[in-house]
Amino acid sequence: MIAVDYFFWIGIVGGIVACIVAASIIVTVSNRRALRSGRTPDELEADVADAVLEGELQPLTATVTQVPATETVDVTALDVPEAPASRMQRLRRRLAASTNPLARGLLGILAADRLDEATWEAFEDTLVSSDLGIGPTTELVTALRKEMSIEGVADPGKARAVLRSELIRLVDPTLDRTLKITGADGGPGVVMVVGVNGTGKTTTIGKLARVLVADGNAVVLGAADTFRAAAADQLQTWGDRVGVPTVRGKEGGDPASVAFVAVEKGLDDQADVVIIDTAGRLHTKVGLMDELGKIKRVIEKLAPVTEVLLVIDATTGQNGLTQARVFSEVVDVTGIVLSKLDGSAKGGIVVQVQRELKVPVKLVGLGEGPDDLAPFDAEAFVDALLQD
Amino acid sequence: MFDTLQDRLSAAFRNLRGKTKLSDADIDATMREIRLALLEADVNLLVVKDFVAAVRLRCEGAELSQALNPAQQIVKYVNEELVSILGGDARTLRFAKNPPTVIMLAGLQGSGKTTLAGKLGRWLKGQGHSPLLVAADLQRPNAVNQLQIVGQRAGVHVFAPEPGNGVGDPVAVARASIAEAQRKLYDVVLIDTAGRLGVDAELMQQAADIRDAVNPDEILFVVDAMIGQDAVNTAKAFAEGVGFDGVVLTKLDGDARGGAALSIARVTGRPIMFASNGENLTDFDLFHPDRMASRILDMGDILTLIEQAEKTFDAEQSAKAAEKLFSGKGEFGLDDFLQQMQAVRRMGPLAKILGMMPGMAQAKDQIANIDEKEIDHLEAIIKSMTPAERANPKMLDGSRRSRIAKGSGTQVSDVNSLVNRFFEARKMMAQMGQGMAGMPGMPGRRPARNQAPAKPKKGKGVSGNPARRSGAAPALPAVPTSSPFGVPDEAELQRQLADFQLPPELQKMFNQQGQGPR
Repeated sequence: MIAVDYFFWIGIVGGIVACIVAASIIVTVSNRRALRSGRTPDELEADVADAVLEGELQPLTATVTQVPATETVDVTALDVPEAPASRMQRLRRRLAASTNPLARGLLGILAADRLDEATWEAFEDTLVSSDLGIGPTTELVTALRKEMSIEGVADPGKARAVLRSELIRLVDPTLDRTLKITGADGGPGVVMVVGVNGTGKTTTIGKLARVLVADGNAVVLGAADTFRAAAADQLQTWGDRVGVPTVRGKEGGDPASVAFVAVEKGLDDQADVVIIDTAGRLHTKVGLMDELGKIKRVIEKLAPVTEVLLVIDATTGQNGLTQARVFSEVVDVTGIVLSKLDGSAKGGIVVQVQRELKVPVKLVGLGEGPDDLAPFDAEAFVDALLQD
Repeated sequence: MFDTLQDRLSAAFRNLRGKTKLSDADIDATMREIRLALLEADVNLLVVKDFVAAVRLRCEGAELSQALNPAQQIVKYVNEELVSILGGDARTLRFAKNPPTVIMLAGLQGSGKTTLAGKLGRWLKGQGHSPLLVAADLQRPNAVNQLQIVGQRAGVHVFAPEPGNGVGDPVAVARASIAEAQRKLYDVVLIDTAGRLGVDAELMQQAADIRDAVNPDEILFVVDAMIGQDAVNTAKAFAEGVGFDGVVLTKLDGDARGGAALSIARVTGRPIMFASNGENLTDFDLFHPDRMASRILDMGDILTLIEQAEKTFDAEQSAKAAEKLFSGKGEFGLDDFLQQMQAVRRMGPLAKILGMMPGMAQAKDQIANIDEKEIDHLEAIIKSMTPAERANPKMLDGSRRSRIAKGSGTQVSDVNSLVNRFFEARKMMAQMGQGMAGMPGMPGRRPARNQAPAKPKKGKGVSGNPARRSGAAPALPAVPTSSPFGVPDEAELQRQLADFQLPPELQKMFNQQGQGPR
């Protein structure tokens, strides 16, 4: 038995060596391929990124005039979701009003008489504390220093303008942030919501359903979180509040089949949007990530998935980047929802995510209230941050 | 992605060999690296500053030992400091003299309170207590149901007089639960509260009201290991709002480095009591400060690797394969190779596993670029061979190779490179096997360098082996003097593994690609 134990460990080492060898083979082969096709790896990545960004678009807040045909529920008994316009205003106010050490810190520092090393360091520290990450922070500070020294800025107003434009550049307003909620040939748009545990997927879906209903869409919810206790109930509660049907399976059942039935119902009812809730899963669990891939493949037998939203908690640190990377590999994330932004965390990690994966932040969650979901607008976001 | 502190420091110290004392400039460079490493692990900035100052104090004036190189020595300091902060005042739950003991869970939304309530309930039950779970989260839709189901799975009773979904008063529920526990003789009451933000004054007041109503013996602050810089603000807000006696770190089964643990332990001075690392009710453990320290420093988390390996490997099968591999007679065939590779793949994405191996940093860019699908191609190539070919790849001639390429949908050159690499690796492993023949338990043993020749235990297979493989690793303490694997001396193991370098042959293999066209 002792000998077996010993060989057992050697066996593992052997396995790992096997993997190292496999890895080295792949690296050589792919290098050679890249060379053969005469392209650099960077170009390849850029292609992929472009591919991700293509697609049919429809703005979230656009007023949809078409009246839902199959709305049979008694509307008076239901909550009436807030209209998008007033919602935007309220949320912008709230974002600005939330205790905002970042904005105060940044402007306070820039308003100082003299910009010396210590000031810049304090400035850098403030950025790091918003989870922006080392890379973007260094970049922003370098750009800002350069800008300031060229212009010889001493005036706080001017400093603020420079800061604003640099921040906006960092969150990149050129990305397309509209939700794709219409399918091809008039079929329903299918939105899949994914993320690690406890980021607020179900809550986000509840709020999103309200927004869509407010815009006059017929929505179907699919409770493909069959793992967590009472997750389906939670979703159904949200659905019932706005009179949206929820498709659910039995607990512990196959989530892909629930998703399939939900999309099927969406097709039968001629719904405009089907939203699929998935169970929270850590990106390190290979089996669960495979399951997620399966859910998407199964849905696509009926209708293409038009939007895959990754929900990231604003409190998440540098691990958010790894999460986004892995989820993107498995289900090709098309948008990010930044949840819990009403707390003291600023969700700086999404800047890195956006830059590396070229996936834009599309929605932000600002509280537990049913209407606390807003589309992300780069300039408004930065303005809210910099408001006095 | 796999920049470990060790690697960073090694780079900073490349020209420092043989020095007996570090100059100020050296220390400055070192501190910068430590700062970056900690920030990347999500340790709070203010904590990092304090911490770096403390480490600097230790480095200044410290004589460099000859046994360790400067990088190793500083990593050792850092590690020790980390462990002392993380493990300071470690303790477990305090139970009340007069039951029931009241434990209250508090934390942000989605940090895992309800799930933890179930785990803690089950754990307490296993310890011979009779816990009662109390559903005081009346905010989130169906949190009450969730707790009921969790309680059912854990085999623990749940007190849920209110339906939740915004209905009912959590303070009243908490108060009633104490009476209920006294009446029905439960000796531990676990109160699950709603998630709340640190900045939400109203809800914090509610939490304080619950606290005042039940006067808990322990308030546990539940926090997600993935939390970033905001950990400190949140922890402070909770410490001021409700106060807490201990911290529980959840979702440690992810790959977040968990620097927040350090921030919270440092800022609040409260001990981290439990670590929760999975979705099953059994995935729950006491907190190990030394493991957490290694994790924050990202010292190739070999213990995790070993644990995962234990779960996924088939002992008999890999023993057989290893025997073949090290026999040096060319018995190790492609089918064994495939088996081993599949076993490792079951543990997680290849890039991540290789990343967990210490010393892989030099190849990290290439590893990060590996596409898992390419491994499927390799598998396809091997699976397109006949059993005879797999057992004896030497018989693969040109026509067989072209058949395999067709069968697997690849190019002949892919097959060639697989086969050639396989031969190289096999030869290398056979050599290593002979080098290791000195290990006790191997046939044809040489006089052992080993200080503990008594019984070959599992741990030695791991700790001893890489050290020998590395050969060049400077002045290692005589290798596996540490305890048998059953109770591994983790710190010792970690230290040795941190010094582990990739065997020169394998490094060469990667370097060949390094020169390749990029």
